[in-house]
Amino acid sequence: MRTTYTNDQVCGSRPADAPKADVLAVEAIGLEKRYGSVQVLSGVDLRMPRGSVLALLGPNGAGKTTTVRILSTLIRTDAGRATVAGFDVARERERVREQISLTGQYAAVDELQTGEENLIMVGRLRGLGRADARRRAGELLERFDLLEAGRRRVGTYSGGMRRRLDLAMSLVAEPALLFLDEPTTGLDPRSRQGMWEVVGELAQRGVSVFLTTQYLEEADRLADQIVVLDRGEVVARGTPGELKRRVAEQRLTLRFAGHEEFARAAADLGDRALAVESDALTVALATDGTARHVRALLDELDPDHSLIAEFGVRNATLDDVFMELTQGAAVGRRRGVDHV
Amino acid sequence: MSEALTLTARCLRLSSRQVDALLTALLLPVLLMLIFVVLFGGAIHTGTRYVTYVVPGVLLLCAGYSSGLTAVAVCQDMTGGCVDRLRSMNVRGAALLSGHVAASAARNLISGLLVIAVALLLGFHPHAGALRWLAATGILLAFIAAISWLSAAAGLLARSSEAASGFTFLIMFLPYASSAFVPVHTMPAWLQGFAAHQPITPITEAIRELLLGTHVGSNAWVGLAWCAGIMAASIAASAALFARRTA
Repeated sequence: MRTTYTNDQVCGSRPADAPKADVLAVEAIGLEKRYGSVQVLSGVDLRMPRGSVLALLGPNGAGKTTTVRILSTLIRTDAGRATVAGFDVARERERVREQISLTGQYAAVDELQTGEENLIMVGRLRGLGRADARRRAGELLERFDLLEAGRRRVGTYSGGMRRRLDLAMSLVAEPALLFLDEPTTGLDPRSRQGMWEVVGELAQRGVSVFLTTQYLEEADRLADQIVVLDRGEVVARGTPGELKRRVAEQRLTLRFAGHEEFARAAADLGDRALAVESDALTVALATDGTARHVRALLDELDPDHSLIAEFGVRNATLDDVFMELTQGAAVGRRRGVDHV
Repeated sequence: MSEALTLTARCLRLSSRQVDALLTALLLPVLLMLIFVVLFGGAIHTGTRYVTYVVPGVLLLCAGYSSGLTAVAVCQDMTGGCVDRLRSMNVRGAALLSGHVAASAARNLISGLLVIAVALLLGFHPHAGALRWLAATGILLAFIAAISWLSAAAGLLARSSEAASGFTFLIMFLPYASSAFVPVHTMPAWLQGFAAHQPITPITEAIRELLLGTHVGSNAWVGLAWCAGIMAASIAASAALFARRTA
């Protein structure tokens, strides 16, 4: 994807209400949402500094989209409150909307219009004149590598092209805060890479980016701050590094020689085991990675040097964190570990 | 205002590219005219040549059908991501809905012209000056606007475009139980009360009077009052439904 930026004139034609200085891009306190008998959000707090990238990470149904819809003024929270650039999302909807752009989970593009027509339409709705809207559309088509496809109907586009156009439509008037709801779900690796580059560029230019994702790699790559959401609750937050450290920086993985040995060791270890995989006959344990500690663990579990076939020591990945925090949330609470 | 114009242009572009819907919209006036005049016409006695009698009916039938499509278009915008994007851009629901209604009016005028053209080919002899044509067009437009707003409300109520298209189907039946195709006094007694007083009858009669050069009575005012009433109620309902859908 290209990295040329031109026409600050158009970008600069943002509404006169610049974001208030020294305020957070997003601040949410105690957001709650219930649909019928389903509690989608139960007390979500968020603090996102201006110019940063926040990734809301969680599995399907965690409440990510609901959070984005509340913050982007589309639905109201049942309880608590939130501000965007200092403006209240419920009471000052119009002010908030002047600051934001939203790229929803399902590409909001008209299939029967061409890419260029979609972009010009958004430009006109943003108050640009005919000529300015056309020029801005041209720039965005070039920047998002859609120049050739610009005159084709969107119905003929691939999934990746659609997402790029959708994002381009969000940037016709460059926002102070961009919401991206699962921007790469369903994209092939190359398109995903391209999307990451664009988000990285936007962040470098000082645009605050609030994105949701189910992919740890994506959060790790893009975000300054990760908030892990599970069943409507924040189960962890921090920089990618902090989250990795929170679990255990290093893990010792042991592979047992046979099922019997594996089963006995797994039973003996109980809660000390960070991960147990019965198919692979492996058990993962926390370690500081020193030879002394690893040797002590091996001696403890296998005093006769006959049960353990292999071992490995590796750094914890965000996947480990994610599994531990989401699927293991109940286990974590039982152990009395405070993840938040 | 300029938002509504931009969105009207969008709706027109979209409907001009929906090939199947476009074909239906163009074929329907022609086929209906042929069916009523050539197939049924010989068996129906209305005191005049049937083509002379049936033109307003076919006009309203086509306008009803095509205005009803507004429900489907509105429903699609509400269930796809479109409305979220527009709302996050501070575009008002009223601009989106009036865009749909304006596009519907433009579509309908074209299909109305087609109906008249086919009627003329089949031997329709109107007796109307420019003023009467203008007045007839005005009443037709009022009807289109009323039904389009009603459809917009139906589109906001429907949760899927299949349900929304059911509304189009319903609207299509209304003209049959009116003076559009056969005189009301030929209907069973129990139906006459409804047929004589439902909105399609005065609107049909008003257009008929205007185009045939006969005395224009109270039908025009009654018809316009119906249109204004339906439109006002539908706009109010649309506003409430839009607010509820986007709460």
